[in-house]
This record gives sequence, structure tokens and C-alpha cells, in this order.
Amino acid sequence: MNNDIIIQVSDLTKRYDGIIAVDHINFEVKKGEVFGFLGPNGAGKTTTLRMLTGLSKPTEGNASILGLSIKTKITAIKKHIGVVPEISNLYDELSAMDNLIFMAQLYGIPADLAQKRAQELLKAFRLYERKDSLFRTFSRGMKRALTIATALIHNPEILFLDEPTVGLDVVAARSLRNLIANLRQQGKTIFLTTHYLEEADLLCDRVAILVKGRVLAIDEPLSLKAKTDKKSLEEAFMKITGLEPEILAIEKGK
Amino acid sequence: MWRDNLRGIFYIALKDMKTYYLKPPAISWGIVFPITWILAFYLRNPGDFRELVPGLIAMTILFSTTAAEAVVLNFELRLGTLERLLLAPISISAVLLGKVLGGAIFGFLMTTIVAIFSVGVLGLHPNVFYLILIIFPSLFVFSSLGALLCVMVKEVFEAQTLLNLPRFLMIFLSGVVYPVSKMPLVLQYFSYVLPLTYTIDGLRWSFSTGLNKMVLLNSLILIIFFILFILPAIKLLYKKFE
Repeated sequence: MNNDIIIQVSDLTKRYDGIIAVDHINFEVKKGEVFGFLGPNGAGKTTTLRMLTGLSKPTEGNASILGLSIKTKITAIKKHIGVVPEISNLYDELSAMDNLIFMAQLYGIPADLAQKRAQELLKAFRLYERKDSLFRTFSRGMKRALTIATALIHNPEILFLDEPTVGLDVVAARSLRNLIANLRQQGKTIFLTTHYLEEADLLCDRVAILVKGRVLAIDEPLSLKAKTDKKSLEEAFMKITGLEPEILAIEKGK
Repeated sequence: MWRDNLRGIFYIALKDMKTYYLKPPAISWGIVFPITWILAFYLRNPGDFRELVPGLIAMTILFSTTAAEAVVLNFELRLGTLERLLLAPISISAVLLGKVLGGAIFGFLMTTIVAIFSVGVLGLHPNVFYLILIIFPSLFVFSSLGALLCVMVKEVFEAQTLLNLPRFLMIFLSGVVYPVSKMPLVLQYFSYVLPLTYTIDGLRWSFSTGLNKMVLLNSLILIIFFILFILPAIKLLYKKFE
């Protein structure tokens, strides 16, 4: 395996009761890049992410993360990945600090180091003053920030972010994008699912476009725009997915 | 791997104590309900209160271990926090065992309070070793029963409703207030498939003196019940994430 390849996906497939959610997809993610997984709702983005992070078993195919198979070495893989699900799923009845410490305990981080890392993360995410506040008292943006902080408590090499800015206001979303850019600068590999194409254009080194469980294109945003002769990633996406005529028809209908 | 899982089991149990168990609803359900129930029987038919002590301890075990156990898994599934646990480097089995351990620890605390209080007030002299031999497996049996019923259904309220059926069957048919030996033969046979029967029988023997093989037998049967509940619970939880 190429040393630069940190995630390798081969013919990964997921079926639910005969319906194909993810259909024999193949792609690679390089070390240190921000890889965007784009597609409309129901394209199979979250299903793919769930398979890669061990929350769901593939029906067919396989993937390896850091050279370890998701089918046989998922527990070992989990030590090296951080996951931020679409829903901020921390414990309402625990404070920000307690949520971080609890997760650190599950990863076997020694108590003094866990305390130190939790404080650092709370400061980095501008939540330190609210460290003793219960998670349920946080705003949506703060909840999102703490969820990301929790995913980083064990200093993972790869961060999976599922629709990170969904439901956030403009300021919180912008702040989060800056944060992702900072993480990239720190050398983290980021796997990002989103249906916000402007966000992907801003953040991602490469993107994969997924529609109905199939990968239609993988490239750098600039290359995709050049290949499709479009100015924005959104327009390129429309052309690649074949949604462009539908949109034009709707616009004409106006 | 096993160290990761053991650590996970321990910290999940501790976290559950903090977030679910050491709260007024769980404490009242786990301790007040059995005491009120037994007191009601005593007031209706005041006899030898000592006879009711094994039933009181058994009911405390049953209600305290299942107080939150029957809802926490579905509650966390709904909130997504269970997935958060599964993102950590621990197995699904460890997550479930952590939940069961949390229920068992809470049950142990409640049972200890009730046992010390009732034994102290009535001046009873049970064999503590025998009590432990019965109470410990019982805590895990009923905590795993709560977990099993929880993973069998989808909604939080369904689990509570479903759990009330075995709970009340056991109160009436396992010898809490009315000895199994005095029940009709059909009901006696039925009581043998209820784990609380073995808890109460074992507890009654624990209050007698001398070496008693019946305590060991009841303890062994309770361990078998634990295995019968925990294995399908783990399998069903795995299925939820397939």
C-alpha cells in the first residue's frame, strides 16, 4: 500500500432489506488531506461513514484504514480515528468537562493527561468558561464544537465529520470551517461528508461525488470545475450528477 | 483488547451511576417501592415480619436493578449517545456489560441499605457469605433481564411496559409473600422458571444456620439465568448495529 494512502475503500457495499444504499464504491484518501464526500440527501454518505467507523457492517467489499481492515480490526482502528456524527450526541446530564473526561477514560488516557487535554481543547474551542455547564444548556453551535472537541480527545490521526455545519448559524458555521482548516494545518486527515458544496469547495483538497450509492467522480474541486467547464463546484456537481437539466427546467418554469 | 473492554465496562457503569441511577426517580423506584409493598402486606396480615425479610431483599434487588436498566439502552439509542460509546475502542458486548454492571452496582447499594436496616432492626443473624452468594448473581440476573427486555423493543415506554409483566408475575409467584410450596401445583411448576424464586429460596436458606447446599444450588441456577439473559441481549444489540 502506498504510504500516502490512509483510507482505502474497495467495492464497499451496503444493502438494507434488498435496497442498495452504497453500491460497490472505491476511493482512496491520502494522509493529511481534507476529503469531501458530497451528495444529495440519501446518497449514501452517512452509510459509508458509518461503515468506515464501525457503526455498521458492510454487506460486501472492504475498506482499510491505516492498513487495518474495517472487518477484522475495527477496535484497533477506533483508537486512531475521531468521529463527529451529524447529531451532537454527548451526555446532556454531564458537564462539558465531564463529557470530555468520560470519553478520555474510554480511550484509556491517564487521568492527568486527560485533564490536561480536556482543558486545552476547551480553551481551543472557546468553551473553557463553560466547562462546568451541562451539555444540555449549550447552544447548537457550542454543542457542535464540544462534540468535535470530544472526537479529538485521544488525538486521532483521522477525523470523520458527518455534515458538520448542518443546523448552524452563519457565524457558528464559519467558525467551524476555520477550525477544520486549523486541524488540517496540524496534519490531521479529515473525511468530511456534506451537501453544502460551497463548504466543500472552500475546505476540501479532493472530493468524491456520490449519487444513489455510487461514486460518479473523484477529483480536486478545481479539476472538476475545469473538466465540466463550470465556475463553481455546485454547477459542476449539477452537471456530473445530471441534476442540471432538472434545475434549468424548474427555473424555466418560473 | 480485553483490557480496553474491561476499562470500558467499568467507566460506562460509573457514568451510568452518575447520569441515571443516583437520581430521585431511580432511588424511589428501587427502594421505596419494595418497602411500601412489603409494608402493605404486613399491615394486611401482621404476622412474623421476619418471614418477609427475604422477600423484601429480593424485591429490592429486582426493582433497583431494573429501575433504569430497562430504559437506558433505548434512551441512549434514541439520543445517539449509545453510538458515541460504540465509537470508542470497545466492543458492543462491553457496552452492554457496562450498562448491566451499572444496574447491578446500584442494586447492590440499595439492597445493602435494605438488608442492613431490616436485619439490624429485627436482630436477625444471616450467614453473610450465603447472602453474598445469592445477592451477587441475582443483581446481575435482573440487571441483564432489564437489558434484554430493553433491546427486544424499540421504544423506551415499551421496555417499561414489557418489564412489568415478569416483575409482577415474580412478585406473586416466586414466594415474596406467599410460599411457593403452598401454591397450586401448576403455579409451583411455573414458579421454577422465574429467577426470583431462586433468589428468595436462597435468601431464606441464608437465614438458617450451618452448611447449606441449597444456597449453592440456587446460586448456580441464578448464574445460569444470567447467562440465558445476557447472551441474547448481546446478540440483539449487535443486530441493531448490523
